Amino acid sequence: MNGDPTSATPALRFDRIGKIFPDGTEALTDVSFEVRAGELITVVGPSGCGKSTLLRIASGLDEPTSGSCHVDRQNVGYVFQDATLLPWRTVGRNIELFAELHDMSAQQRRDRTADAIDLVGLSGFENHYPRQLSGGMRMRASLARSLVMKPPVFLFDEPFGALDEITRERLNSETLRLFLHEGFAGLFITHSITEAVFLSTKVHVMSGRPGTIVGSYDIPFDYPRQEDLRFDSTFAELSGEISLALRGAHA
Amino acid sequence: MNSSEARTRLVDRGARFIPPLIVLAGFTGLWYLYALFGLDENGRKTALAYPHTVVSEFFGGGPEGEQPWQLLSALGLTFVVALAGLVIAMVLGVIFATLMSQADWIETSFYPYAVLLQTVPILALVPLIGLLFGFGFNARILVCVIISLFPIITNTLFGLKSAEGPQHDLFTLHQASRWTRLTKLQFPAALPAMFTGFQISSGLSVIGAIVGGFFFQRGPRDLGNRILLYSNRLRPAEMIAAVILSALLGVVFFQFFGWVGKRLTSSWYKQVR
Ligand SMILES: Nc1ncnc2c1ncn2[C@@H]1O[C@H](COP(=O)(O)OP(=O)(O)OP(=O)(O)O)[C@@H](O)[C@H]1O
Ligand SMILES: [Mg+2]
Repeated sequence: MNGDPTSATPALRFDRIGKIFPDGTEALTDVSFEVRAGELITVVGPSGCGKSTLLRIASGLDEPTSGSCHVDRQNVGYVFQDATLLPWRTVGRNIELFAELHDMSAQQRRDRTADAIDLVGLSGFENHYPRQLSGGMRMRASLARSLVMKPPVFLFDEPFGALDEITRERLNSETLRLFLHEGFAGLFITHSITEAVFLSTKVHVMSGRPGTIVGSYDIPFDYPRQEDLRFDSTFAELSGEISLALRGAHA
Repeated sequence: MNSSEARTRLVDRGARFIPPLIVLAGFTGLWYLYALFGLDENGRKTALAYPHTVVSEFFGGGPEGEQPWQLLSALGLTFVVALAGLVIAMVLGVIFATLMSQADWIETSFYPYAVLLQTVPILALVPLIGLLFGFGFNARILVCVIISLFPIITNTLFGLKSAEGPQHDLFTLHQASRWTRLTKLQFPAALPAMFTGFQISSGLSVIGAIVGGFFFQRGPRDLGNRILLYSNRLRPAEMIAAVILSALLGVVFFQFFGWVGKRLTSSWYKQVR
């Protein structure tokens, strides 16, 4: 980890971002916040409030119509809601993909791929095709694919939303392990308040469309976090507060 | 897999061939009945040949004492024509489809003409081809190319466009070049559809070779040549034999490309049946 988070310059900074689509849909208005190395920031908000749009802007897939986004776009990790693996490539070859696109040397590519496969616990499945994997394993492969590039900024767009509770909790712990291991600046989108509080250093609550930040909550728990943190009373209190704010955001 | 399982699978495979064989036997029986007792509208016996005469024509000499095996050598020639036309159409079709996939203006400019290629009646085009390219061997290949091009273009184009938005996003995120996107995303995604196109066109190409041979009589004799010849000389047995051979050739082509396509994609692609 990169030491004291507050001393570093932000790895990702949104400055009064607004986004109006050509069809007139106003998705975001006046969104400002930043993410530093060693921070894992979560955004929760009602469906359709512009969370995915925000990540697309952060990654450079989309441009804001007003405001600006500061990030080094050369190397941004981005985990989509779906695993989006290429079905004709084996798991191993999928995980190599980005390294291949960046012309990484064969040796380095092999080493990093092997490491990433190890980190997400997919050893032994290198030669399987995506359709032979469970949903959770596909998500792991998708994570590993981004990990290979060791991105300083990591975007997660509801990566575990489609998974069952148990699998999701297990992957939450693994995400935290990766976060502590790699020390990236993380921006995580989710619908689940429990997931948000468990993972992050800070939770932003977004309003309904057009989305803007209506509340921010520092999460005081130290890392590494244990599974039973979810039953802690402070945890419950914080979750309740955020839940209330989210309900306000829905209205 | 143990040996009893292997045996069961073998039996299963064999069992698949039984129903069509029964149909074939029934059909052959009807054929014999009609050849024996069938009458035309004037009450005379039909000129339909017996199945066994047709079969013996596969290997026998032709009319006016031509050498034996002549039908099979004609078949070989038709095979060459159809294959040459198909390969040329595959190369051209994939190139055209690739260009069309790269820019909308290319697609909108050329697609109508690709459709035209498909809708123009090939029989009407054939005399024109003869006038322009002569009545020989190359004209026959050209007919095959024309008739097989469209399905290859449309299926390949469809395949190249089948890569989904999020998959494209992966390549955009990592600043992939057009070429990388094409070779690492669009082509692999297109493979199943491409082979569907090849398969459809392989059957068409054989038809093209027959039509071509039928019209372009110069050069070595292929099946199309023969069919016209037999029809002029009223030789039904040889004619039926030639038609059956050309149909079988089409089936072989079709099965072959189906098999290759499946070999290349079955590990990851779930075929919708
Ligand atoms: N390309 C586009 N053109 C027009 N409108 C769009 C486009 N993309 C998204 N939108 C609209 O912008 C709004 C925000 O979309 P976005 O996908 O960012 O929501 P979200 O917060 O991620 O929702 P969810 O939680 O359901 O994933 C939606 O109303 C959506 O319809
Ligand atoms: Mg979304």
